Amino acid sequence: MVTNYWNKKAETMSREGMRALQGNRLASVVRHTYNNVPAYRKKMENLGLEPGDIRCIEDISKLPFVDKYDLADNYPYGLFAVPMSEIVEIHASSGTTGKQKVLGYTRHDLEIWGEVMARTLAAGGTTSSDIFHCSYGYGLFTGGLGAHYGSQTIGCTTVPVGTGNTNRQIQIIRDFGCTAICCTPSYMLYIAETLEQMKVDPSEVKLRRAFLGAEPWTIEMRDDIERRLPLRTYDIYGLTEMIGPGVAFECDARCGLHVNEDHFYPEIVDPDTLKPVEDGIYGELVFSTLTKEGMPLLRYRTRDIASITHETCECGRTLARITKPKGRTDDMLIIRGVNVFPSQVESVLLGVTEASPYYFIIVDRVGARDTFEIQVELTEGFPIDEVRAVEKLQKRIGAAIESALGIGATIRLLPPHSLPRVEGKARHVEDRRNLK
Amino acid sequence: MFISQISIFVENKQGSLAAITEILANENIDIRAFSIADTTDFGILRMIVSDPDRAIAALRAKNIAVSLNRVIAVQIRDVPGSMHKVLGLLSSNGLVVEYAYAFISRKREDAYVILRVDEKEKAAQLFEDNHVHTLTPEEVYNF
Repeated sequence: MVTNYWNKKAETMSREGMRALQGNRLASVVRHTYNNVPAYRKKMENLGLEPGDIRCIEDISKLPFVDKYDLADNYPYGLFAVPMSEIVEIHASSGTTGKQKVLGYTRHDLEIWGEVMARTLAAGGTTSSDIFHCSYGYGLFTGGLGAHYGSQTIGCTTVPVGTGNTNRQIQIIRDFGCTAICCTPSYMLYIAETLEQMKVDPSEVKLRRAFLGAEPWTIEMRDDIERRLPLRTYDIYGLTEMIGPGVAFECDARCGLHVNEDHFYPEIVDPDTLKPVEDGIYGELVFSTLTKEGMPLLRYRTRDIASITHETCECGRTLARITKPKGRTDDMLIIRGVNVFPSQVESVLLGVTEASPYYFIIVDRVGARDTFEIQVELTEGFPIDEVRAVEKLQKRIGAAIESALGIGATIRLLPPHSLPRVEGKARHVEDRRNLK
Repeated sequence: MFISQISIFVENKQGSLAAITEILANENIDIRAFSIADTTDFGILRMIVSDPDRAIAALRAKNIAVSLNRVIAVQIRDVPGSMHKVLGLLSSNGLVVEYAYAFISRKREDAYVILRVDEKEKAAQLFEDNHVHTLTPEEVYNF
């Protein structure tokens, strides 16, 4: 087992040591937030809480939750806990609710970001000898600069490519001899597909490790990428509200994502009762920043559904592991009363060799009935000639979807390459029922 | 003797066919014969063209997925009863026609039928034994 620790002390700390550290850090971040963020102070006061009530990590359950509406209500700087003179960088993510979620970082926050991203990249074997192709968007989006800081902390040769212009990206990958890459999994697949179309010999591509995240993806999609390119993929997890990428990362054991829990404390709660659930039980992921200065957030509800384990990993890391989020409470579709995660549809499609992994879901309501259409692209190699063969495939996909989801869908087959290829987060769903 | 036929999956969407014919027009490729099989959801366009290899290259360059199939083109006289002669031959020998479409020559008084048969080798032999003329690629492409 390759361990590849970046910070062995933090990554393999004993559970007792970690809990003591977390308790101290929590007490101090609660005091900092209470003293400097009036909106959070008010939330604590409403529960009759004072900073002195929080002395150890177990006390965290006394604290009130924070969610995306708190960010919207305090837009843009209302949750900052330091004067603007100490904020050295701003990031923001497109809020699904209209207003952007704005984050402010102090210099120390950026150092932490570099540290947690260095752990993430190092876990996949990245060293200062790597040529790191950073293909996340630079700018307000946290992906580009977050990965950039991690790469810089390790000392890689950082190639700040950003998004867009796939032909140019491929030229850079080939000519610059890039050995590591970060981008969204759907873009990685698109790069692989484009390389195939360009008939590039895979031996000309030196990429050996890919750090993929920012959108949900499936094990089947991973297999597909690794079958097409001679590299190993690592799942990464993060969210703007915490810091961006670097919250949790995958090691070579590939059994969950290690949370950098000395900086981001994870809890899993029942989304209805908000009570913590036991290890191994799925619930909503809740995070607290333990070391952030610029904009600490305590008990932030992520809407991601996952479970957690605190058992030591094969790789030797003691850092708690969360499962790959199996969907979000808010991108989960309820169709004819059935919960549907787009990732389930993707899993089914990746099992159908005649279909490409690109798909688009359209949900609508006709009369009182929900309609559920899945648009699926045929692969280029599909021998198109007989209507019967196409209809047979359509039926087969329909049956596979129905058996996996427990709900029938209309399968609409599309010619190869007809769905848009995106370079950022792939949009897979259009729910027309909401457009009233 | 078999000839090359191009098949293309088309979405039931305004402009889908024109996008394909535009590519062929720009390449100066002649469409000798074509048919469209349509369903509620999609269509399959099948064509016999003057230069299949160049047509495929041009279509693929525009990201249009193309399949190449081998079909039989038989020459029949453009008079009542000739179509039946061909189909009757296939039917009495237990062969199944997957699809068929016809076109007429502008130079001779003949009609041509494009046939996709389940057992095409057997069909070709049958036509040869019964003196039904099947077209060679050269005959089809260079009318």
